[in-house]
Amino acid sequence: MTFGAEFKEGFKLSLAALMANKARAVLTMLGIIIGIISVTMMGAAIEGLTRAFNNSISAIGADVLYIQKWPWMSGDEWWKYRNRRNIKPEYADIVKKEARLAAAVAPTVARIGTVKYQNKVASSVFVEGTTADYAYVTNMSFDEGRFFTAVESRGDRPLVVLGGDVANQLFPNQNPDGKIIQINGLSFRVIGVRSKQGSFLGMFSLDNQVMIPLGQFERIYGTHFQATINVRVVNQKEMDNAKEELRGIMRKIRGLSPYQEDDFSINQQDMLTNAFNKIAGIIGAVGIFVTALSLFVGGIGIMNIMFVSVTERTKEIGIRKALGARRQTILVQFLIESTLICLAGGLVGLGISYPLSMLVDKFLPTSMPISLAILGIMISLAVGVISGIIPALRASKLDPVEALRYE
Amino acid sequence: MNVIELVKVNKIYDMGAEVQVQALKDISIGIEKGEYVAIMGPSGSGKTTLMNVIGCLDTPSSGLYLFDGVNVSEMDDNELAKIRNRGIGFVFQTFNLIPRSDALHNVELPLIYSGVPVSERRDRAKKVLEMVGLGDRIHHKPNELSGGQRQRVAIARALINDPAIILADEPTGNLDSKTGDEIMIFLEELHKKGNTIILVTHEEYIAEHARRIIRIRDGMIESDLSIEKNGKVKAPYAAEKVSEGSGGQK
Repeated sequence: MTFGAEFKEGFKLSLAALMANKARAVLTMLGIIIGIISVTMMGAAIEGLTRAFNNSISAIGADVLYIQKWPWMSGDEWWKYRNRRNIKPEYADIVKKEARLAAAVAPTVARIGTVKYQNKVASSVFVEGTTADYAYVTNMSFDEGRFFTAVESRGDRPLVVLGGDVANQLFPNQNPDGKIIQINGLSFRVIGVRSKQGSFLGMFSLDNQVMIPLGQFERIYGTHFQATINVRVVNQKEMDNAKEELRGIMRKIRGLSPYQEDDFSINQQDMLTNAFNKIAGIIGAVGIFVTALSLFVGGIGIMNIMFVSVTERTKEIGIRKALGARRQTILVQFLIESTLICLAGGLVGLGISYPLSMLVDKFLPTSMPISLAILGIMISLAVGVISGIIPALRASKLDPVEALRYE
Repeated sequence: MNVIELVKVNKIYDMGAEVQVQALKDISIGIEKGEYVAIMGPSGSGKTTLMNVIGCLDTPSSGLYLFDGVNVSEMDDNELAKIRNRGIGFVFQTFNLIPRSDALHNVELPLIYSGVPVSERRDRAKKVLEMVGLGDRIHHKPNELSGGQRQRVAIARALINDPAIILADEPTGNLDSKTGDEIMIFLEELHKKGNTIILVTHEEYIAEHARRIIRIRDGMIESDLSIEKNGKVKAPYAAEKVSEGSGGQK
């Protein structure tokens, strides 16, 4: 008897056996369904989070260094940094002059403000003051118009570039180019609309912003704000060297003696990525472990029911052996039965978790790539084989004389 | 040539704690092709063990068993399965049909295990079912058939692979006497067609259908007699024939 024929026959027999005990098969399957749903949903959540993070993090720029008062991911040590002196926007000019490895340097200061156009109001807008070079630092692209030029920036002209969300809110049906808007009561002319950047981890929008020349910002809000010096490095390979160079320049600006610690931080995207990968890794490992437990319990359920099935059919196994069924024929028959239960459970589980992941995506970034679905099916197959192998082996090793005598 | 050749076969069961039960003691039997033999004995005599050994369901502890000239006493599980599949047709007291399968599938089963393609085995199974008079019942499940019909399905199943021997273990034990008689007449016909039949029973009147009766007691052959057609004992079965046969085998 060839393996193909054995497989076909085993498949038919298993299907018939499952059909004869529908309720039992469905209940057993339930364990696998729940297991596969939890494993794939966990995978989808981690995948979704990673994708959302990677999308968001690109807004920070892999080749940009940020000179700031606070280090990113400072954790519990924030109090160590709170007495540092402010970072001033003027540092940008010195850095620009002295840093060999800097391709573009721009200071930014920011505050939450309110923007109006005629009777339309956009509140809680991120108002950023910066210089013309900011467009180069961030590699900015535009849906409409342009950024302010160096001349405009130095002259502190009352010009504004809108983020995508603000543009939509204030100018739902018209081109904002050239329109006059009010920021905290002062008038600005719109010269450009920045392309949409999306949201950060699906939580807040990066497009709810407006950008104005630094001097205008200081006119509205004053000069006592923390600035960030954004430095785009000539080559991503030079990040470490550029960081050292910036550190030297900053220490000079701050007038630090060789014995004093840095009183500033140079941040970069890596720090966030590393921190995220660490967190995602831990969440992933714990989550997969916990959800795999549910699958494990499901597998035990299958094994249990397969033992029952083997015992119930002892006589039948005896008959089949008397008629010439070999060990592997019986083995394959029972293995197929357990695998069928698991496969069906896995498919039903995926059938539920796939639409579920799309539903959850509306609230939390979740994504189920095809590879995860395939993995889910592979896992259910593996559970079927692993939990079925011991009962199937027991069935295949039954002594035909004993089995025939069984009532 | 003898189709069954047992030479000094012993079967010993370990019951644990160094207790051993010798179910068969130095059994030597030769059965020729086309014979109709009854094996008789009270319960506990070892006749079931003998049947299991002859049916290749069990192997002897010692001694030689040649089935159709092939030594099966040293075979492994899978080789024995093949012998059972091709060489032996079982008819059991309790019919032993697969309850979930219809008559056709039950009869097909040995052909499935010998790897016969689906269309061929359907045809052959149908033919054999017609032969046993169940051509109109092929899609009935065992619980939709009467006892006699079930046993005829079992006989059809036993015949399907054209086996060297038909091994019937109390084939009438679960049937009323009228249906039992029908089955015995059927076996008689099979014998006349040239089939080798080994009948295991404890009923004297059933055994008398055979041409030769081997009586087992305490694991040993008590007597081995040929009988005339009218049921009268003709003569002791030539004992020397057995030993002569065993010596002459390869």
